[in-house]
Amino acid sequence: MNDDVQRLPVVTDQDVVRVRQLVRTVAVAVKLSLVDQTKLVTAASELARNTLVYGGGGEAEVSRVHNDRRAGIRIVFADQGPGIADLDLALTDGYTTGGGLGLGLSGARRLVDEFEIETEPGKGTTITVVKWCR
Amino acid sequence: MERVPVLKIGEILLVSIQIDMEDQVALQLQEDLAERIVATGVRGVIIDISALDIVDSFVGRTLATIASVSRVLDAETVVVGMRPAVAITLVELGLSLPGIRTALNVDLGIAMLARQDEDIDLLGYEDDTDQVAETTP
Repeated sequence: MNDDVQRLPVVTDQDVVRVRQLVRTVAVAVKLSLVDQTKLVTAASELARNTLVYGGGGEAEVSRVHNDRRAGIRIVFADQGPGIADLDLALTDGYTTGGGLGLGLSGARRLVDEFEIETEPGKGTTITVVKWCR
Repeated sequence: MERVPVLKIGEILLVSIQIDMEDQVALQLQEDLAERIVATGVRGVIIDISALDIVDSFVGRTLATIASVSRVLDAETVVVGMRPAVAITLVELGLSLPGIRTALNVDLGIAMLARQDEDIDLLGYEDDTDQVAETTP
């Protein structure tokens, strides 16, 4: 079950800042610890930038989620860009095609509790992450 | 686009990042600092990030580049004021900021720069005292 779904476009640098701010607000509302808030906002920043730079822009969807034991936040990043041809390689620390540090995808995965990626060359990429309250 | 101000205090450039920077703002800061180092001839740069609630790989890389560029321009950079949660997150992200000197706050950062550059009066206190002494009848 989920509620409070909020969507933001990820088309400009400024949108990446807006995604960070929205995720921070929801993380505080869900009562994530300060370290977990920081980890989730950092992961969201990496993934939003990927959506913009590699996906050619897209959308972020932030929602509060619950299971029977705890609350959390789910963020979905979706683009209709070129997709990722070699996922294992893209998830390797230090691998980059964009001149960055190659830590965005692999680092973001370490900062969240659940990480799912769906990608198809030519069709786009959707990444879903969840962080649960402890 | 917003811009992060660069202040010259004595022989130090002080940057206190108080906004959630767009990537372009971070790149602009990198350029502004290089230009100010050359224009002023300072030997030390302090970047205060105590107001930042996250440092992602882009900002981390920008800080590392600033440190490298200033070193090439004969100035040492110290990043100060990193929050504990930011430090934990950065390391988990895989960024340990090699090549960046850090201190807990601005005072300790100034002390660190002063130690490595003992002959230079970083904050210009000596000049001030001289001037006061000269103008006092």
